Amino acid sequence: MTARDTVPGRPPLALVLPAAAGLAFLVLPPAGLLVRAPWSTLGTRLVRPEVLDALRLSLVTATIATALCVLFGVPLAWTLARVRFPGARLVRALVTVPMVLPPVVGGVALLLAAGRRGFVGGPLESAFGITLPFTTAGVVLAQTFVAMPFLVISVEGALRGADPRFEEAAATLGASRWTAFRRVTLPLVAPGVAAGAVLCWARALGEFGATITFAGNFPGETQTMPLAVYLALETDPQAAIVLSLVMLAVSVAVLAALRNRWIGAS
Amino acid sequence: MFKRSATTSAAVAALVAVASAGCGEVDEATGDGGGTTLTVFAAASLTETFTELGEAFEKANPGTDVRFGFAGSSTLAQQITQGAPADVFAAASPATMKTVADAGDAAGDPVVFTTNRLVIAVPKDNPGGVRSVGDLADGDLRVVVCAEQVPCGAAAGKALDAAGVTVEPASAEKDVKAVLTKVRLGEADAGLVYRTDVKAAGGDVTGIEFAESAEAVNDYPIVRVADAPQPGLAREFIDLVTGPQGEAVLGAAGFQAP
Repeated sequence: MTARDTVPGRPPLALVLPAAAGLAFLVLPPAGLLVRAPWSTLGTRLVRPEVLDALRLSLVTATIATALCVLFGVPLAWTLARVRFPGARLVRALVTVPMVLPPVVGGVALLLAAGRRGFVGGPLESAFGITLPFTTAGVVLAQTFVAMPFLVISVEGALRGADPRFEEAAATLGASRWTAFRRVTLPLVAPGVAAGAVLCWARALGEFGATITFAGNFPGETQTMPLAVYLALETDPQAAIVLSLVMLAVSVAVLAALRNRWIGAS
Repeated sequence: MFKRSATTSAAVAALVAVASAGCGEVDEATGDGGGTTLTVFAAASLTETFTELGEAFEKANPGTDVRFGFAGSSTLAQQITQGAPADVFAAASPATMKTVADAGDAAGDPVVFTTNRLVIAVPKDNPGGVRSVGDLADGDLRVVVCAEQVPCGAAAGKALDAAGVTVEPASAEKDVKAVLTKVRLGEADAGLVYRTDVKAAGGDVTGIEFAESAEAVNDYPIVRVADAPQPGLAREFIDLVTGPQGEAVLGAAGFQAP
Protein backbone atom coordinates (compact mmCIF):
# COMPACT_ATOMS: atom_id res chain seq x y z
CA MET A 1 0.00 0.00 0.00
CA THR A 2 1.71 3.16 -1.15
CA ALA A 3 0.35 6.69 -1.35
CA ARG A 4 -0.31 6.04 -5.03
CA ASP A 5 -2.87 3.31 -4.23
CA THR A 6 -4.98 5.29 -1.77
CA VAL A 7 -8.13 7.06 -2.90
CA PRO A 8 -8.45 10.71 -1.86
CA GLY A 9 -11.52 11.88 0.04
CA ARG A 10 -13.70 10.13 2.62
CA PRO A 11 -14.23 6.41 2.02
CA PRO A 12 -17.92 5.64 1.32
CA LEU A 13 -19.88 4.14 4.23
CA ALA A 14 -21.31 1.53 1.89
CA LEU A 15 -17.83 0.00 1.80
CA VAL A 16 -16.57 0.84 5.28
CA LEU A 17 -19.50 -0.75 7.17
CA PRO A 18 -19.36 -4.23 5.54
CA ALA A 19 -15.57 -4.05 5.84
CA ALA A 20 -15.88 -3.49 9.57
CA ALA A 21 -18.43 -6.31 9.86
CA GLY A 22 -16.16 -8.63 7.91
CA LEU A 23 -13.20 -7.75 10.10
CA ALA A 24 -15.24 -8.31 13.27
CA PHE A 25 -16.33 -11.69 11.98
CA LEU A 26 -12.73 -12.73 11.44
CA VAL A 27 -11.31 -11.26 14.65
CA LEU A 28 -14.03 -12.12 17.18
CA PRO A 29 -13.65 -15.92 17.31
CA PRO A 30 -9.91 -15.85 18.11
CA ALA A 31 -10.65 -13.06 20.58
CA GLY A 32 -13.21 -15.36 22.19
CA LEU A 33 -10.40 -17.85 22.79
CA LEU A 34 -8.36 -15.20 24.55
CA VAL A 35 -11.30 -13.98 26.64
CA ARG A 36 -12.24 -17.45 27.87
CA ALA A 37 -8.70 -18.70 28.39
CA PRO A 38 -7.95 -20.04 31.90
CA TRP A 39 -4.90 -17.81 32.30
CA SER A 40 -4.33 -18.72 35.93
CA THR A 41 -3.89 -22.43 35.22
CA LEU A 42 -2.36 -21.98 31.78
CA GLY A 43 1.17 -22.90 32.84
CA THR A 44 0.24 -26.12 34.62
CA ARG A 45 -2.07 -27.20 31.80
CA LEU A 46 0.53 -26.62 29.12
CA VAL A 47 3.11 -28.93 30.63
CA ARG A 48 0.78 -31.90 31.01
CA PRO A 49 2.33 -34.95 29.36
CA GLU A 50 -0.63 -35.51 27.04
CA VAL A 51 -0.46 -31.91 25.82
CA LEU A 52 3.29 -32.07 25.28
CA ASP A 53 2.89 -35.43 23.54
CA ALA A 54 0.33 -34.04 21.13
CA LEU A 55 2.34 -30.88 20.52
CA ARG A 56 5.55 -32.78 19.92
CA LEU A 57 3.82 -35.22 17.59
CA SER A 58 2.21 -32.34 15.70
CA LEU A 59 5.46 -30.43 15.25
CA VAL A 60 7.43 -33.52 14.22
CA THR A 61 4.85 -34.89 11.77
CA ALA A 62 4.14 -31.48 10.20
CA THR A 63 7.88 -30.91 9.72
CA ILE A 64 8.46 -34.34 8.16
CA ALA A 65 5.41 -33.84 5.96
CA THR A 66 6.77 -30.45 4.85
CA ALA A 67 10.16 -32.00 4.04
CA LEU A 68 8.42 -34.64 1.90
CA CYS A 69 6.36 -31.94 0.21
CA VAL A 70 9.52 -30.00 -0.69
CA LEU A 71 11.36 -33.14 -1.80
CA PHE A 72 8.64 -34.22 -4.21
CA GLY A 73 6.75 -30.97 -4.74
CA VAL A 74 9.58 -28.80 -6.05
CA PRO A 75 10.47 -31.21 -8.89
CA LEU A 76 6.78 -31.56 -9.65
CA ALA A 77 6.34 -27.79 -9.78
CA TRP A 78 9.42 -27.45 -12.00
CA THR A 79 8.06 -30.08 -14.38
CA LEU A 80 4.70 -28.31 -14.58
CA ALA A 81 6.32 -24.94 -15.17
CA ARG A 82 9.20 -25.84 -17.50
CA VAL A 83 8.35 -29.01 -19.37
CA ARG A 84 5.79 -29.15 -22.17
CA PHE A 85 4.06 -32.48 -22.26
CA PRO A 86 0.65 -33.66 -23.40
CA GLY A 87 -1.95 -33.60 -20.63
CA ALA A 88 -0.08 -31.00 -18.59
CA ARG A 89 -3.30 -29.17 -17.82
CA LEU A 90 -4.92 -32.36 -16.58
CA VAL A 91 -1.90 -33.10 -14.39
CA ARG A 92 -2.05 -29.60 -12.93
CA ALA A 93 -5.73 -30.09 -12.12
CA LEU A 94 -5.03 -33.46 -10.50
CA VAL A 95 -2.29 -31.94 -8.36
CA THR A 96 -4.70 -29.41 -6.88
CA VAL A 97 -7.46 -31.94 -6.14
CA PRO A 98 -6.34 -32.67 -2.53
CA MET A 99 -6.51 -28.92 -1.90
CA VAL A 100 -10.20 -28.67 -2.72
CA LEU A 101 -11.17 -32.11 -1.46
CA PRO A 102 -12.78 -32.13 2.00
CA PRO A 103 -10.07 -33.55 4.30
CA VAL A 104 -12.36 -36.35 5.49
CA VAL A 105 -12.80 -37.45 1.89
CA GLY A 106 -9.02 -37.37 1.57
CA GLY A 107 -8.85 -39.68 4.58
CA VAL A 108 -11.35 -42.08 3.06
CA ALA A 109 -9.43 -42.05 -0.22
CA LEU A 110 -6.18 -42.76 1.63
CA LEU A 111 -7.83 -45.64 3.52
CA LEU A 112 -9.07 -47.20 0.32
CA ALA A 113 -5.68 -46.83 -1.37
CA ALA A 114 -3.15 -47.28 1.43
CA GLY A 115 -5.27 -49.19 3.96
CA ARG A 116 -4.71 -52.85 4.69
CA ARG A 117 -7.07 -53.84 1.93
CA GLY A 118 -6.16 -50.99 -0.40
CA PHE A 119 -4.54 -51.59 -3.79
CA VAL A 120 -1.31 -50.07 -2.49
CA GLY A 121 -1.57 -50.86 1.22
CA GLY A 122 -2.45 -54.52 0.71
CA PRO A 123 0.68 -55.40 -1.29
CA LEU A 124 2.77 -53.21 1.04
CA GLU A 125 1.63 -55.26 4.01
CA SER A 126 1.98 -58.68 2.43
CA ALA A 127 5.37 -57.90 0.83
CA PHE A 128 7.10 -55.80 3.47
CA GLY A 129 4.85 -56.03 6.54
CA ILE A 130 4.38 -52.25 6.40
CA THR A 131 1.01 -50.97 7.58
CA LEU A 132 0.19 -47.28 7.50
CA PRO A 133 -3.18 -46.74 9.21
CA PHE A 134 -2.96 -46.19 12.99
CA THR A 135 0.74 -45.28 12.77
CA THR A 136 2.70 -42.05 12.95
CA ALA A 137 3.72 -42.68 9.33
CA GLY A 138 0.01 -42.63 8.49
CA VAL A 139 -0.30 -39.20 10.09
CA VAL A 140 2.59 -37.90 7.96
CA LEU A 141 1.03 -39.43 4.86
CA ALA A 142 -2.33 -37.74 5.53
CA GLN A 143 -0.65 -34.39 6.14
CA THR A 144 1.56 -34.66 3.06
CA PHE A 145 -1.46 -35.50 0.94
CA VAL A 146 -3.41 -32.39 1.93
CA ALA A 147 -0.43 -30.01 2.10
CA MET A 148 1.61 -30.78 -1.01
CA PRO A 149 -0.63 -28.86 -3.47
CA PHE A 150 0.06 -25.64 -1.55
CA LEU A 151 3.77 -26.06 -2.14
CA VAL A 152 3.47 -27.06 -5.78
CA ILE A 153 1.23 -24.12 -6.63
CA SER A 154 3.39 -21.60 -4.82
CA VAL A 155 6.65 -22.87 -6.34
CA GLU A 156 5.13 -23.14 -9.80
CA GLY A 157 3.98 -19.53 -9.54
CA ALA A 158 7.48 -18.46 -8.53
CA LEU A 159 8.99 -20.39 -11.47
CA ARG A 160 6.62 -18.79 -13.95
CA GLY A 161 7.54 -15.40 -12.54
CA ALA A 162 11.29 -16.14 -12.78
CA ASP A 163 13.03 -15.15 -15.97
CA PRO A 164 13.96 -18.32 -17.92
CA ARG A 165 16.77 -16.43 -19.69
CA PHE A 166 19.00 -16.89 -16.65
CA GLU A 167 18.69 -20.65 -17.07
CA GLU A 168 19.29 -20.32 -20.81
CA ALA A 169 22.38 -18.23 -20.17
CA ALA A 170 23.65 -20.87 -17.76
CA ALA A 171 23.04 -23.51 -20.43
CA THR A 172 25.00 -21.57 -23.07
CA LEU A 173 27.88 -21.37 -20.60
CA GLY A 174 27.94 -25.16 -20.51
CA ALA A 175 25.86 -25.96 -17.44
CA SER A 176 23.77 -29.09 -17.63
CA ARG A 177 20.03 -28.70 -16.97
CA TRP A 178 20.50 -30.20 -13.52
CA THR A 179 23.33 -27.80 -12.67
CA ALA A 180 21.32 -24.87 -14.01
CA PHE A 181 18.38 -25.90 -11.87
CA ARG A 182 20.54 -26.30 -8.78
CA ARG A 183 22.76 -23.22 -9.17
CA VAL A 184 20.46 -20.75 -10.95
CA THR A 185 16.77 -21.65 -10.81
CA LEU A 186 16.54 -22.82 -7.22
CA PRO A 187 18.18 -19.70 -5.72
CA LEU A 188 15.91 -17.57 -7.93
CA VAL A 189 12.73 -19.16 -6.60
CA ALA A 190 13.98 -19.79 -3.06
CA PRO A 191 11.58 -17.23 -1.54
CA GLY A 192 8.69 -18.95 -3.29
CA VAL A 193 9.83 -22.34 -1.99
CA ALA A 194 10.12 -20.96 1.53
CA ALA A 195 6.70 -19.33 1.42
CA GLY A 196 5.20 -22.53 0.02
CA ALA A 197 6.91 -24.59 2.71
CA VAL A 198 5.52 -22.38 5.49
CA LEU A 199 2.00 -22.62 4.05
CA CYS A 200 2.48 -26.34 3.69
CA TRP A 201 3.65 -26.68 7.29
CA ALA A 202 0.70 -24.68 8.60
CA ARG A 203 -1.75 -26.77 6.62
CA ALA A 204 -0.15 -29.98 7.85
CA LEU A 205 -0.18 -28.75 11.43
CA GLY A 206 -3.89 -27.99 11.28
CA GLU A 207 -4.84 -31.24 9.56
CA PHE A 208 -7.77 -32.99 11.30
CA GLY A 209 -10.18 -34.77 9.00
CA ALA A 210 -7.83 -36.89 6.94
CA THR A 211 -5.74 -37.72 10.01
CA ILE A 212 -8.55 -38.99 12.23
CA THR A 213 -10.05 -40.92 9.33
CA PHE A 214 -6.86 -42.54 8.10
CA ALA A 215 -4.53 -42.67 11.10
CA GLY A 216 -7.07 -42.85 13.92
CA ASN A 217 -6.48 -41.39 17.34
CA PHE A 218 -3.97 -42.72 19.81
CA PRO A 219 -2.08 -40.54 22.28
CA GLY A 220 1.63 -40.26 21.49
CA GLU A 221 1.23 -42.20 18.26
CA THR A 222 -1.37 -40.51 16.07
CA GLN A 223 -3.05 -37.95 18.33
CA THR A 224 -1.97 -34.60 16.89
CA MET A 225 -2.98 -31.25 18.37
CA PRO A 226 -6.21 -30.82 16.40
CA LEU A 227 -7.34 -34.31 17.47
CA ALA A 228 -6.41 -33.56 21.06
CA VAL A 229 -8.44 -30.33 20.90
CA TYR A 230 -11.45 -32.16 19.51
CA LEU A 231 -11.40 -34.84 22.21
CA ALA A 232 -10.54 -32.45 25.02
CA LEU A 233 -13.65 -30.50 24.14
CA GLU A 234 -15.69 -33.59 25.03
CA THR A 235 -14.63 -33.71 28.66
CA ASP A 236 -12.55 -30.68 29.55
CA PRO A 237 -13.41 -27.54 27.58
CA GLN A 238 -10.78 -25.56 29.52
CA ALA A 239 -8.06 -27.89 28.28
CA ALA A 240 -9.44 -27.55 24.76
CA ILE A 241 -9.17 -23.77 25.00
CA VAL A 242 -5.56 -24.04 26.17
CA LEU A 243 -4.70 -26.38 23.29
CA SER A 244 -6.48 -24.04 20.89
CA LEU A 245 -4.44 -21.11 22.21
CA VAL A 246 -1.24 -23.00 21.45
CA MET A 247 -2.45 -23.57 17.90
CA LEU A 248 -3.43 -19.91 17.64
CA ALA A 249 0.02 -18.81 18.78
CA VAL A 250 1.66 -21.11 16.25
CA SER A 251 -0.59 -19.81 13.45
CA VAL A 252 0.24 -16.20 14.29
CA ALA A 253 3.96 -17.03 14.33
CA VAL A 254 3.63 -18.67 10.90
CA LEU A 255 1.80 -15.62 9.59
CA ALA A 256 4.54 -13.34 10.88
CA ALA A 257 7.19 -15.54 9.24
CA LEU A 258 5.28 -15.44 5.96
CA ARG A 259 4.93 -11.66 6.00
CA ASN A 260 8.66 -11.23 6.35
CA ARG A 261 9.11 -13.69 3.51
CA TRP A 262 6.79 -11.77 1.24
CA ILE A 263 8.37 -8.47 2.09
CA GLY A 264 11.78 -10.03 1.54
CA ALA A 265 10.64 -11.56 -1.74
CA SER A 266 9.18 -8.40 -3.25
CA MET B 1 -22.94 -30.96 9.72
CA PHE B 2 -22.72 -30.53 13.46
CA LYS B 3 -19.06 -31.50 13.68
CA ARG B 4 -17.41 -28.17 13.82
CA SER B 5 -13.66 -28.07 14.15
CA ALA B 6 -12.50 -27.70 17.67
CA THR B 7 -10.83 -24.38 17.10
CA THR B 8 -14.18 -22.68 16.76
CA SER B 9 -14.78 -20.99 20.01
CA ALA B 10 -17.85 -20.28 22.03
CA ALA B 11 -18.17 -17.05 20.08
CA VAL B 12 -18.60 -18.94 16.85
CA ALA B 13 -21.00 -21.40 18.47
CA ALA B 14 -23.07 -18.43 19.52
CA LEU B 15 -22.84 -16.89 16.05
CA VAL B 16 -23.87 -20.13 14.44
CA ALA B 17 -26.70 -20.52 16.91
CA VAL B 18 -27.97 -17.06 16.04
CA ALA B 19 -27.51 -17.67 12.35
CA SER B 20 -29.25 -21.03 12.29
CA ALA B 21 -32.00 -19.79 14.54
CA GLY B 22 -32.47 -17.16 11.86
CA CYS B 23 -32.54 -19.84 9.18
CA GLY B 24 -35.25 -21.65 11.10
CA GLU B 25 -37.63 -18.81 10.38
CA VAL B 26 -37.28 -19.34 6.65
CA ASP B 27 -40.22 -21.19 5.22
CA GLU B 28 -39.01 -24.10 3.20
CA ALA B 29 -41.34 -25.03 0.41
CA THR B 30 -42.81 -28.22 1.80
CA GLY B 31 -45.87 -28.17 -0.40
CA ASP B 32 -48.35 -27.02 2.23
CA GLY B 33 -46.57 -23.95 3.49
CA GLY B 34 -45.87 -25.44 6.93
CA GLY B 35 -42.11 -25.82 6.98
CA THR B 36 -41.35 -26.12 10.69
CA THR B 37 -38.10 -27.83 11.52
CA LEU B 38 -37.51 -30.08 14.50
CA THR B 39 -33.85 -30.50 15.38
CA VAL B 40 -32.81 -33.71 17.11
CA PHE B 41 -29.29 -34.30 18.43
CA ALA B 42 -28.75 -38.02 18.91
CA ALA B 43 -25.86 -40.36 19.70
CA ALA B 44 -24.12 -41.88 16.67
CA SER B 45 -25.37 -45.35 17.61
CA LEU B 46 -28.97 -44.15 17.08
CA THR B 47 -28.36 -43.13 13.46
CA GLU B 48 -30.42 -45.83 11.73
CA THR B 49 -33.29 -46.13 14.22
CA PHE B 50 -33.82 -42.40 14.67
CA THR B 51 -33.66 -41.76 10.94
CA GLU B 52 -36.47 -44.29 10.53
CA LEU B 53 -38.48 -42.77 13.40
CA GLY B 54 -37.89 -39.32 11.94
CA GLU B 55 -39.45 -40.40 8.67
CA ALA B 56 -42.45 -41.78 10.54
CA PHE B 57 -42.72 -38.50 12.44
CA GLU B 58 -42.65 -36.47 9.23
CA LYS B 59 -45.42 -38.68 7.80
CA ALA B 60 -47.56 -38.20 10.91
CA ASN B 61 -46.94 -34.44 10.95
CA PRO B 62 -47.12 -33.16 7.36
CA GLY B 63 -45.10 -30.01 6.84
CA THR B 64 -42.65 -30.86 9.61
CA ASP B 65 -39.04 -31.41 8.77
CA VAL B 66 -36.91 -33.45 11.18
CA ARG B 67 -33.23 -32.52 11.12
CA PHE B 68 -30.75 -34.83 12.84
CA GLY B 69 -27.32 -34.20 14.23
CA PHE B 70 -25.65 -37.57 14.82
CA ALA B 71 -22.28 -37.58 16.60
CA GLY B 72 -20.56 -38.75 19.76
CA SER B 73 -22.81 -37.95 22.74
CA SER B 74 -20.16 -35.81 24.40
CA THR B 75 -19.72 -33.66 21.31
CA LEU B 76 -23.45 -33.10 21.13
CA ALA B 77 -23.68 -32.35 24.85
CA GLN B 78 -20.92 -29.75 24.40
CA GLN B 79 -22.72 -28.16 21.48
CA ILE B 80 -26.02 -27.96 23.38
CA THR B 81 -24.39 -26.36 26.43
CA GLN B 82 -22.78 -23.87 24.01
CA GLY B 83 -26.22 -22.90 22.78
CA ALA B 84 -26.73 -24.98 19.65
CA PRO B 85 -30.44 -24.73 18.72
CA ALA B 86 -31.58 -28.31 19.34
CA ASP B 87 -35.08 -29.39 20.39
CA VAL B 88 -34.38 -32.94 21.54
CA PHE B 89 -31.24 -34.60 22.90
CA ALA B 90 -30.85 -38.38 22.99
CA ALA B 91 -27.58 -39.52 24.58
CA ALA B 92 -25.87 -42.89 24.79
CA SER B 93 -25.12 -42.50 28.49
CA PRO B 94 -26.54 -40.86 31.63
CA ALA B 95 -23.13 -39.18 32.15
CA THR B 96 -23.30 -37.15 28.95
CA MET B 97 -26.95 -36.33 29.68
CA LYS B 98 -25.86 -35.08 33.10
CA THR B 99 -23.55 -32.55 31.40
CA VAL B 100 -26.57 -31.03 29.69
CA ALA B 101 -28.81 -31.21 32.77
CA ASP B 102 -26.14 -29.64 35.00
CA ALA B 103 -25.82 -26.72 32.60
CA GLY B 104 -29.57 -26.15 32.94
CA ASP B 105 -30.21 -27.06 29.33
CA ALA B 106 -32.63 -29.96 29.96
CA ALA B 107 -36.34 -29.33 30.28
CA GLY B 108 -37.63 -31.76 32.91
CA ASP B 109 -36.12 -35.12 33.80
CA PRO B 110 -34.46 -37.25 31.13
CA VAL B 111 -36.19 -40.59 30.44
CA VAL B 112 -34.25 -43.78 29.74
CA PHE B 113 -35.90 -45.15 26.61
CA THR B 114 -33.65 -48.06 25.61
CA THR B 115 -30.42 -49.91 26.42
CA ASN B 116 -27.55 -51.31 24.41
CA ARG B 117 -24.74 -53.79 24.99
CA LEU B 118 -21.23 -54.01 23.66
CA VAL B 119 -20.08 -56.84 21.43
CA ILE B 120 -16.79 -57.59 19.73
CA ALA B 121 -17.05 -56.79 16.05
CA VAL B 122 -14.68 -58.54 13.64
CA PRO B 123 -14.44 -58.31 9.84
CA LYS B 124 -16.44 -60.96 8.00
CA ASP B 125 -13.38 -63.14 7.35
CA ASN B 126 -12.10 -62.66 10.92
CA PRO B 127 -8.41 -62.32 9.96
CA GLY B 128 -7.35 -62.14 13.60
CA GLY B 129 -9.14 -65.39 14.47
CA VAL B 130 -10.93 -63.74 17.39
CA ARG B 131 -13.17 -66.13 19.33
CA SER B 132 -13.56 -64.59 22.76
CA VAL B 133 -12.88 -61.44 24.74
CA GLY B 134 -9.63 -62.95 26.02
CA ASP B 135 -8.21 -62.98 22.48
CA LEU B 136 -8.21 -59.16 22.47
CA ALA B 137 -5.18 -59.12 24.78
CA ASP B 138 -3.02 -60.42 21.91
CA GLY B 139 -0.46 -57.71 21.12
CA ASP B 140 -0.35 -58.51 17.42
CA LEU B 141 -4.06 -57.92 17.05
CA ARG B 142 -5.23 -54.49 15.91
CA VAL B 143 -8.04 -53.63 18.27
CA VAL B 144 -9.93 -50.36 17.93
CA VAL B 145 -12.15 -48.90 20.65
CA CYS B 146 -13.95 -45.62 21.31
CA ALA B 147 -12.09 -42.82 23.08
CA GLU B 148 -12.79 -42.99 26.81
CA GLN B 149 -14.46 -39.57 26.57
CA VAL B 150 -17.43 -41.01 24.67
CA PRO B 151 -19.98 -43.44 26.18
CA CYS B 152 -18.95 -46.46 24.11
CA GLY B 153 -15.36 -45.93 25.25
CA ALA B 154 -16.33 -45.69 28.90
CA ALA B 155 -18.41 -48.85 28.53
CA ALA B 156 -15.57 -50.64 26.73
CA GLY B 157 -13.20 -49.82 29.58
CA LYS B 158 -15.69 -51.14 32.14
CA ALA B 159 -16.44 -54.33 30.23
CA LEU B 160 -12.77 -55.15 29.60
CA ASP B 161 -11.98 -54.53 33.27
CA ALA B 162 -14.78 -56.88 34.22
CA ALA B 163 -13.33 -59.50 31.89
CA GLY B 164 -9.85 -58.90 33.30
CA VAL B 165 -8.44 -58.28 29.84
CA THR B 166 -5.81 -55.64 29.12
CA VAL B 167 -6.01 -54.29 25.59
CA GLU B 168 -3.49 -52.10 23.77
CA PRO B 169 -5.77 -50.40 21.27
CA ALA B 170 -4.40 -49.23 17.92
CA SER B 171 -6.75 -46.29 17.99
CA ALA B 172 -9.32 -44.63 20.24
CA GLU B 173 -11.97 -43.33 17.87
CA LYS B 174 -14.22 -40.31 18.30
CA ASP B 175 -17.48 -42.23 18.11
CA VAL B 176 -18.78 -45.76 17.77
CA LYS B 177 -19.49 -45.48 14.05
CA ALA B 178 -15.84 -44.64 13.44
CA VAL B 179 -14.86 -47.89 15.22
CA LEU B 180 -17.36 -49.83 13.12
CA THR B 181 -15.96 -48.28 9.93
CA LYS B 182 -12.41 -49.33 10.78
CA VAL B 183 -13.60 -52.93 11.34
CA ARG B 184 -15.80 -52.87 8.26
CA LEU B 185 -12.89 -51.81 6.05
CA GLY B 186 -10.70 -54.50 7.57
CA GLU B 187 -8.26 -51.92 8.96
CA ALA B 188 -8.89 -53.27 12.45
CA ASP B 189 -8.98 -56.95 13.39
CA ALA B 190 -11.51 -56.30 16.13
CA GLY B 191 -13.45 -53.43 17.63
CA LEU B 192 -15.79 -52.94 20.55
CA VAL B 193 -19.11 -51.64 19.28
CA TYR B 194 -22.76 -51.98 20.24
CA ARG B 195 -24.89 -54.96 19.26
CA THR B 196 -26.98 -52.61 17.16
CA ASP B 197 -23.98 -51.44 15.15
CA VAL B 198 -23.15 -55.00 14.14
CA LYS B 199 -26.76 -55.44 13.02
CA ALA B 200 -26.67 -52.16 11.12
CA ALA B 201 -23.53 -53.22 9.26
CA GLY B 202 -25.43 -56.13 7.69
CA GLY B 203 -23.10 -58.99 6.76
CA ASP B 204 -19.92 -56.87 6.71
CA VAL B 205 -18.97 -57.63 10.28
CA THR B 206 -19.58 -60.46 12.72
CA GLY B 207 -20.54 -59.80 16.31
CA ILE B 208 -19.11 -61.89 19.16
CA GLU B 209 -21.10 -61.59 22.38
CA PHE B 210 -19.30 -61.75 25.71
CA ALA B 211 -20.84 -62.12 29.15
CA GLU B 212 -18.91 -59.28 30.79
CA SER B 213 -20.62 -56.70 28.56
CA ALA B 214 -23.53 -57.03 30.99
CA GLU B 215 -21.35 -55.05 33.42
CA ALA B 216 -21.46 -52.11 31.07
CA VAL B 217 -25.00 -51.89 29.76
CA ASN B 218 -25.59 -48.46 28.29
CA ASP B 219 -28.76 -46.61 29.21
CA TYR B 220 -30.00 -44.15 26.61
CA PRO B 221 -31.74 -41.11 28.09
CA ILE B 222 -33.77 -38.65 26.04
CA VAL B 223 -34.85 -35.13 27.00
CA ARG B 224 -36.39 -31.97 25.61
CA VAL B 225 -33.82 -29.20 25.46
CA ALA B 226 -34.63 -26.11 27.53
CA ASP B 227 -35.38 -23.16 25.20
CA ALA B 228 -36.20 -25.63 22.42
CA PRO B 229 -37.35 -23.66 19.38
CA GLN B 230 -40.15 -26.23 18.89
CA PRO B 231 -41.18 -27.45 22.37
CA GLY B 232 -44.50 -28.94 21.22
CA LEU B 233 -42.96 -31.00 18.43
CA ALA B 234 -40.12 -32.00 20.75
CA ARG B 235 -42.63 -33.52 23.21
CA GLU B 236 -44.39 -35.36 20.39
CA PHE B 237 -41.13 -36.77 19.09
CA ILE B 238 -40.13 -37.99 22.56
CA ASP B 239 -43.57 -39.61 22.90
CA LEU B 240 -42.99 -41.40 19.60
CA VAL B 241 -39.56 -42.67 20.70
CA THR B 242 -40.76 -43.85 24.13
CA GLY B 243 -44.03 -45.25 22.74
CA PRO B 244 -44.78 -48.63 21.11
CA GLN B 245 -43.59 -47.53 17.66
CA GLY B 246 -40.24 -46.44 19.04
CA GLU B 247 -39.90 -49.67 20.99
CA ALA B 248 -40.64 -51.70 17.87
CA VAL B 249 -38.07 -49.91 15.71
CA LEU B 250 -35.42 -49.97 18.44
CA GLY B 251 -36.11 -53.63 19.21
CA ALA B 252 -35.79 -54.61 15.56
CA ALA B 253 -32.38 -52.94 15.50
CA GLY B 254 -31.08 -54.95 18.46
CA PHE B 255 -31.70 -52.51 21.30
CA GLN B 256 -33.21 -53.85 24.50
CA ALA B 257 -36.04 -52.33 26.52
CA PRO B 258 -34.88 -50.58 29.69
